[in-house]
Amino acid sequence: MSREATKPVFSEKIDDWLLGFYNAFEFVKLVFKEAFSGDFEFNEFVRQCYHIGLRSLPLISLTGFVTGFVFTKQSRPSLMEFGATSWLPSLVTIAIVRALAPLVTSLICSGKIGSGIGAELGSMKVTEQIDAMEVSAVNPIRYLVVTRVLASTITIPILSFYCALVALAGCFLNVTVNEGTNLYAFFEKGFDSIVFLDVITAVIKAVSFGFTIGMIGCYKGFNASNGTQGVGKAANSSVVLSMFLIFIEEIFIVQVTNWFR
Amino acid sequence: MEKTIEIKDLYKSFGSLDVLLGVNLDVYENENVVVLGRSGTGKSVLIKIIAGLLSPDRGQVKVFGQSVPDLDKKELNALRLKIGFSFQNSALYDSMTVRENLEFPLVRNIKNMTRAEIDKAVEEVIDGVGLKKTLDQMPSELSGGQRKRIGIARTLIMNPKIMLYDEPTAGLDPITCQEINDLMNEVKERYRTSSIIITHDLTCAKETGDRVAVLFDGKFKYQGTFEEVFSNPDPRIRNFYDYNFIESKLQD
Repeated sequence: MSREATKPVFSEKIDDWLLGFYNAFEFVKLVFKEAFSGDFEFNEFVRQCYHIGLRSLPLISLTGFVTGFVFTKQSRPSLMEFGATSWLPSLVTIAIVRALAPLVTSLICSGKIGSGIGAELGSMKVTEQIDAMEVSAVNPIRYLVVTRVLASTITIPILSFYCALVALAGCFLNVTVNEGTNLYAFFEKGFDSIVFLDVITAVIKAVSFGFTIGMIGCYKGFNASNGTQGVGKAANSSVVLSMFLIFIEEIFIVQVTNWFR
Repeated sequence: MEKTIEIKDLYKSFGSLDVLLGVNLDVYENENVVVLGRSGTGKSVLIKIIAGLLSPDRGQVKVFGQSVPDLDKKELNALRLKIGFSFQNSALYDSMTVRENLEFPLVRNIKNMTRAEIDKAVEEVIDGVGLKKTLDQMPSELSGGQRKRIGIARTLIMNPKIMLYDEPTAGLDPITCQEINDLMNEVKERYRTSSIIITHDLTCAKETGDRVAVLFDGKFKYQGTFEEVFSNPDPRIRNFYDYNFIESKLQD
């Protein structure tokens, strides 16, 4: 293929990417503007908290418990080589609080909630429900987006905390069966190794992951097109993009907080 | 009679696709104007520009003397309270019951309404479209005709002065089409509305339109009463008429 033939396609892709980035930035700006102006849709916010939070509990419970249980089981042989199985509660607690709880919760939620928001808003977009809201003089960004983004930003840290507790329960079960450690000793060892910065880091991560999941789901849903195919694409790309950004944020936050250790 | 909608020299294109190429149209108080044209000729684009959902490339769009593209968000929302928009697929909110759909614009635009006042307004409009029994149903449980009626009722709850109907009879059986036509005429009489009705159903055009405008090549080539427009010898008008005539005969 000649150089002349490939050049426009490549530049068009860069144009599309930059335009997408600009549109996303404008969307985030608009959401912030609407969040601080006019009436807050409290009932819709509570409904979204219920959908995002309460309905995710069974999945988070299962994932958290299995993570704690399996992580403990897989770590034991390595610690056993050094005769350090008594360090299991500390090792697992650090791993869960610092990294696993917010990350696992957010990855689960980006699949469950991000795709749900993307598909719901995408479907509303292609069936003109968002236009209907706008011609009724109701601000769809305030009603649909601000409530969802806020709900995911608030509920995902709570779910992460819950996930950490359930994962520690999984770890305790494994440790108590194998090493006979009692609950008091388990938590004493576990929490002795945790410092305030670990908790703050986990909260910052969970809040930023929650914000990302809600915002990406809403942005993709709001920009869905081409009928049902567009709805599927919006749901799919919500998950892919939010997972990608969660990993980027994870690396960034870990780097920054490690400067303070 | 006063003009409620004034459109002058309106242009709109999407990328390289030119849709509206100098549209002129005036709609007067308590008048139903039917806009006819083939699919993809920009009929829906026209009413979306009037409602401020799309911006024109150039030209003038005035509603009640206010230039729609020049309004700020607050002014546009105030104007939208006077405009009812019935969407082609009804656009009912899937996650809400019929009652919640009807209440939605009311409770968000009129503050401090009591529960009794809201219920009264809901009952009034639902009675008007004859679907009181559906109040607690979800939109997915309704038939196509019922969804259209609820969609119209949702706009009527704000007591609009202008109604914009996008393909109100599309995809409906002839009897339901007739019911929707009757409802549109009733709305005009009861609420004293001016309406633009987008359709390619000539029965609907004949029964509801005080005036008919036909969109060809991005412009209104013909405007007038149904009889005036369809007595025109233009072969495209004849084809439009003949096809509808054959189709309605087949439906009969």
